[in-house]
Amino acid sequence: MKTATFKVWQGNSDGGELETYEVEVDQGYVVLDAIHRIQAEQANDLAVRWNCKAGKCGSCSAEVNGSPKLMCMTRVDELPADKPITVEPMRTFPVVKDLVTDVSWNYEVKASIKRFSPKTADHEDGSWSMDQYDVERPQEFRKCIECFLCQDVCHVLRDHQLHDRFAGPRHYVYVANMEMNPIDTGDRVAELREELGIGYCNITKCCTKVCPEGITITDNAIIPLKERVVDQSYDPLARLIKLVKGTGD
Amino acid sequence: MTQHQVLEYDVIVIGAGGAGLRAAIEAATKGASVGLICKSLLGKAHTVMAEGGVAAALANVDDRDSWKVHFADTMRGGHYLNAWRMAELHAKEAPERVRELEGWGALMDRTPDGLINQRNFGGHAYPRLAHVGDRTGLEMIRTLQDHGIHEGIDVHMEVTVSKLLMDGGRCAGALAYDRELGRFKVFKAKAVVMATGGIGRAFLVTSNSWEYTGDGHALAYQAGAELVDMEFVQFHPTGMVWPPSVRGILVTEGVRGEGGILKNSEGRRFMFDDIPPLYKESTADTPEEGWRYVIGDREARRPPELLTRDHVARKIVKEVQEGRGSPHGGAFLDIAWIQEHIKDSEDHIKKKLPSMYHQFKELAGIDITKEPMEVGPTTHYAMGGIRVDPDSQMSTTVPGLFAAGECAAGLHGANRLGGNSLSDLLVFGKRAGGYAAEFSAENTPVHLQDEQIDLAVHEALSPLERDPGADVGPYRLQYELQQLMQDKAGIAREEGGLAEALDELQQLKTRAQAMGVGGSREYNPGWHTVLDLQNLLTVAEAVVMASDARKESRGAHSRLDYLDKDPEWGTVNLVLKKGHDGEMELRREGISEIPKELRKIIEEQG
Repeated sequence: MKTATFKVWQGNSDGGELETYEVEVDQGYVVLDAIHRIQAEQANDLAVRWNCKAGKCGSCSAEVNGSPKLMCMTRVDELPADKPITVEPMRTFPVVKDLVTDVSWNYEVKASIKRFSPKTADHEDGSWSMDQYDVERPQEFRKCIECFLCQDVCHVLRDHQLHDRFAGPRHYVYVANMEMNPIDTGDRVAELREELGIGYCNITKCCTKVCPEGITITDNAIIPLKERVVDQSYDPLARLIKLVKGTGD
Repeated sequence: MTQHQVLEYDVIVIGAGGAGLRAAIEAATKGASVGLICKSLLGKAHTVMAEGGVAAALANVDDRDSWKVHFADTMRGGHYLNAWRMAELHAKEAPERVRELEGWGALMDRTPDGLINQRNFGGHAYPRLAHVGDRTGLEMIRTLQDHGIHEGIDVHMEVTVSKLLMDGGRCAGALAYDRELGRFKVFKAKAVVMATGGIGRAFLVTSNSWEYTGDGHALAYQAGAELVDMEFVQFHPTGMVWPPSVRGILVTEGVRGEGGILKNSEGRRFMFDDIPPLYKESTADTPEEGWRYVIGDREARRPPELLTRDHVARKIVKEVQEGRGSPHGGAFLDIAWIQEHIKDSEDHIKKKLPSMYHQFKELAGIDITKEPMEVGPTTHYAMGGIRVDPDSQMSTTVPGLFAAGECAAGLHGANRLGGNSLSDLLVFGKRAGGYAAEFSAENTPVHLQDEQIDLAVHEALSPLERDPGADVGPYRLQYELQQLMQDKAGIAREEGGLAEALDELQQLKTRAQAMGVGGSREYNPGWHTVLDLQNLLTVAEAVVMASDARKESRGAHSRLDYLDKDPEWGTVNLVLKKGHDGEMELRREGISEIPKELRKIIEEQG
């Protein structure tokens, strides 16, 4: 059996450092397998989040060799074999312990967003008719597994720490899913511009690149939402009409 | 007195998968104050892994479907050991529970008419599973989560319950610790809903994550609840088998629903070789007829790959045992072959089974649109669990304790049909939450004694106070348990192995009780694993005892020394309860007589 060298960040909010481990790696090993092996054999109290181990729950997000990744979907044999593999917690969120970060902020932001509100049902049994073509667009956004890797990589959060005025790619995808749902009646455009701060996004597309679900976050969610914000808030003709009607902005 | 925070609610819900979320939503809707306790982060529970769909007789794709057919299919699939009243309620209420999800933001795949689309699945007479590609569970948990966060529910994330607290004979709350810092929380509640899911971690090869350590089963048992049907553990026929690191990860039954076929190393479609009598008339005679069924020919009968999970799993094991398995000890599951019938099969497969495509591509280096997959049985689901009143979901012996979803028993009998768990958690999650809210409104506040709390805190902390060097460590001990259950209480059981398992479990129990762990209370998975082990050992004992007692093969329970179904066992459930001396006691209980009109439905549906 082959061995690999892992450098795993260990510590808490007071600080920490990379600890080095030599680990036996089986065929087909993913990074999470190696972390589990370290935990079972060398560091019983190593803190790591995981659940499904199949890329479906989005729990095991970390930075592998500096890139935001799901540990369960990152094959060890696809990483350079000639140097140690580093595994660190997501940098955008405060560390709890070792590879575990405090992602509660994401849950707070989501709860603050105007909820889904359907139109009256089309049929007596309480159901709606929707075309497959129309549901496919929001269905792309509903593939999101809330791993928060897009939040981790986004420079507005990662480098500028604007958590208080910028909701981040995950939540634009969440809003886009409701805005494009054929039966939703809510309007979240003003909220996107103000509280959710979509204007801070300068479409560098880093989020799209790291999304393990392959959601085209920037092109399919953020840009269309930005267009709606622009249409509603900055369209000169609409402004003129509002001015004449006296409804203000 | 120990240090702990006290939180008081009308209703607490333990577990935040589909059943827990649905229960919490219902209880909150009824006006109860609700605390939802979740072992992981919200939205990560195992419901997320459900792939193929949610079973409900919407009759959108085939208008011959109805609750009656769904009821009869569920009873037949469960070999008639099901709690018939639960099967009736489930079949009747599932369609409304599924439809209401779209009002909360879910978006299922559509029929050409714009209605919710439905697909074929094993044991269901008609296309019945509402779905979103192969990520239906994610759709459901996210919908319930996104709806639930606006219903005034207090969510306690990464908090694990270590003990149920009692006020006399009545369930009155729970003691829990948070993973972050190991702080204790006392949840005081007038009603408690258990929704903790399964026990898969008791076995080595499993589709279940670290969380599924039978917490609900074990905690309820320790509090005096009855467990029933514990011998019935579902081994899903198609888990991944290669490479070793992914062994056990689920491959959805949807692959077979979309036309996937099983072959052995000789290229033979072995599922045609042995059709159980109960399904003889409803199974295709030829591959050609099977394919016509897949594409919706109403005159055709279903291919044998869509027989029930217990049967398919056993057939795969047989092929492997007789030397006709795939290179890594499974069978071949081939969806790529549909290119013979479908022009754009590659796109079709990617669209219908996107996460399967992704999973095999990334983890096994296999392109399922071109090559067959290697699959074998994986521990998937516990049919057994907390014995409840079919209508209210309240424990038969502990007032104030309710259970829903996988940790409750009754609906599925000896074998669960695919898709019936997602509908189960909606129907009975809602019922449990609703009745728990009613119970809390009708009953007086509870009183908790300090001594009870102090003792529970002491028990939970004791592994940290013991020497960690004395044994193999918590993970290895769990591994030993998993190996034991896999070998001696797994898919094929016999008296000698079960007797040995019972002995060895006692030794593991002793070692687990003496197990020490290093590190602090701060996010320490080693400590959490020791505590979870106590629950796993309790459910393992229950599985072994019940498996030993049921001297026949039925549904998911296969005995090498009693190969056939025994009619005498066909009307008997096995019930387990903690005895006065603290030992596990087992008794047989006859199934209550099924009402005439339901019996008639079963007879009419064949």
